[in-house]
Amino acid sequence: METNKYLLSILVDDEPGVLSRIAGLFSGRGFNIDSLSVASTTEPDVSRITMVTKCEPHIIEQIKKQLHKLINVITVNDLTDKKYVQRELALIKINAQPDKKADILRIVDIFRCKIVDVGISHYTIEVSGDNEKHDAIISLLTPMGIIEIASTGSIALARENGKH
Amino acid sequence: MKLTGAQILIKMIKAEGVDTIFGYPGGAVIDIYDALAKQNDLKHILVRHEQGAVHAADAYARANKSVGVALVTSGPGATNTVTGIASAHSDSIPIVVFTGQVPTGLIGNDAFQEVDIVGITRPCTKHNYLVKDVNKLASIIKEAFHLARSGRPGPVLIDLPKDIVGTLVDFKEPKTISLKSYKPNYKPNKKQLNKVVELICQAKRPVIFAGGGVILSQASSDITRLAKMADIPVTGSLMGLGAFPGSDPLWLGMLGMHGTYRANMSIGHCDLLIAAGVRFDDRVTGNIEKFAPKAKIVQIDIDPTSIHKNIEVQCPIVGDCKAALEGIVQLLENKNLDDYKNDHKQWLDQIQEWKSTTPLKYEQDNVVIKPQFVIEKLYELTKGEAIITTEVGQNQMWAAQYYHFDKPNHFITSGGLGVMGFGLPAAIGAKAACPDKLVVDIAGDGSIQMNIQELMTAIESKIDVKIVILNNQYLGMVRQWQELFYEKVYSSTNMENAPDFVKLAEAYGAKGLRCTRPDEVESTLSEGLNSEGTVVMDFSVDREESVYPMVPAGGALTEMLLV
Repeated sequence: METNKYLLSILVDDEPGVLSRIAGLFSGRGFNIDSLSVASTTEPDVSRITMVTKCEPHIIEQIKKQLHKLINVITVNDLTDKKYVQRELALIKINAQPDKKADILRIVDIFRCKIVDVGISHYTIEVSGDNEKHDAIISLLTPMGIIEIASTGSIALARENGKH
Repeated sequence: MKLTGAQILIKMIKAEGVDTIFGYPGGAVIDIYDALAKQNDLKHILVRHEQGAVHAADAYARANKSVGVALVTSGPGATNTVTGIASAHSDSIPIVVFTGQVPTGLIGNDAFQEVDIVGITRPCTKHNYLVKDVNKLASIIKEAFHLARSGRPGPVLIDLPKDIVGTLVDFKEPKTISLKSYKPNYKPNKKQLNKVVELICQAKRPVIFAGGGVILSQASSDITRLAKMADIPVTGSLMGLGAFPGSDPLWLGMLGMHGTYRANMSIGHCDLLIAAGVRFDDRVTGNIEKFAPKAKIVQIDIDPTSIHKNIEVQCPIVGDCKAALEGIVQLLENKNLDDYKNDHKQWLDQIQEWKSTTPLKYEQDNVVIKPQFVIEKLYELTKGEAIITTEVGQNQMWAAQYYHFDKPNHFITSGGLGVMGFGLPAAIGAKAACPDKLVVDIAGDGSIQMNIQELMTAIESKIDVKIVILNNQYLGMVRQWQELFYEKVYSSTNMENAPDFVKLAEAYGAKGLRCTRPDEVESTLSEGLNSEGTVVMDFSVDREESVYPMVPAGGALTEMLLV
């Protein structure tokens, strides 16, 4: 069956154990979590969880309803078919041999990234953007010799005015 | 007013209308037990194992249409409740379980009898709490009871660190509950109700399917009204038995793996299925692809996750069963249903034919007792008025098939989780809730041994229950599967090495009766049921009798093994 990617923005009570309730729901029912990002919001006691999940279309309805059933979940907003801005942040440490340095800097420039750490033989690049941008830059940098990557999950907000 | 956490606990439980709780003491809850001893408002029944306390609370809730409460200590006391909590969760039964916890300062230090019970029970509670501030205790308890009984009911656990219950604070009774997003939708959508009425009017072969949700929302009279006004036959899940009168001609019997022939056939042939308060468990549906293949399905449930979970439905209604059924009845009252009833007379005739050609059956000779015969006799002697609890397995299925429940809240069984050892503590809980009722546990010789220690609870607390053991010296349901699907390799299902249940009953202080002959079944039951106190009746039944009809797991409902 066809699986799709879905982007959910979930507001939850900022309480101990809430993340565990959500993670437990996913593992217990065999749902996937592709990426997960949790942080506070402007409201005290409320956190936002941005989650990317991959599943069949009829499963996403179950996921949303099951999430909503958790007492500590305040709202579940499916951004997938809405207009939204989405960002991920990645730090990419790459081998920077003298003959490759110019190429790397050119790629960094084209993608409007930043070099945040420089060593004798490495650069660490900060990339922020959507998922496709990340995939693109990683595929270009791979031949140069990526040493390691740390990246966040997606975060997103709907483009409309108002809180979601 | 200054109160300790323990006193607040007792006060708040009383305020919720609970008069009896079930529990077992220990170090972490010793302050609560001290407070319990110094008051007379709340009765405490001392069980002999914490699992029993939760099953008793579960049955208390069901028999009393209220919330059941269990109180246990930390660590092993808490872990022993997990099976009971998971069972209540599967069956959507409102209970609140209080567990002791090590003092706040020791949490996380692997202290003596420490366990993360909130973590352990997260997937099997509706919600749970660790109380970290005694000032919040009262409002958490109020919230817990509200969560347990509202919406789709379920178990809620409150973990109480020892220092919290020992602290003295100013007590203010909480007036309101503040839950940001928890607002169960009781009121069904009017448009959808109109659609159901339309579907009913178009249907030629309608069936109503009642589940535990009908009993929980106390909608038995409404579903009965609906069925009668439009002559719609009714089937039920195991949890739905009693939602519609079992002696009514429109009753089809139970549906599913061990459902009646006519109930399963009617699902295969109906063109409209009105499902109320059901979750389409695999034991009910069999092969999902072949479930009600010709029918439009209406599903009424208060829990949106129940809808479209296992079965695609054409007309979902999120809301309280009672409100929805009342609404449908009201709309139908404006219609003349005479033509409609005439139209599906043929359907009722068809069902009658299924009933007469292929009824539930067994053959009782005069040598060996058939288990079904015991239950039929029990039904006759109790006039169908007893509260029946069951263990799990063949005993449970025969009880469901041969004891015809006319009223809701009279059949108390571990439906979803299928917990062996449920019946005896459940009988104690039901009897504590309804002291004037006759309460009978229909048990197997395997299951009864799983919580047999609760006999002592019944004796000590003078809660008189009657236990009918259908003793086939096997774990009968597993044996039946081994006979049918595993070439009769009876691996680990032989229970010949068993205690003498009569002597065991006597050792606990109960009355024990043994019956080995068909012609003594009635007199044994009669003696047992009419004796004072708790009685264990041990019936030696046909060892290899199986439960039929049977839909093999994953098969279509209409493809039943009949004998």
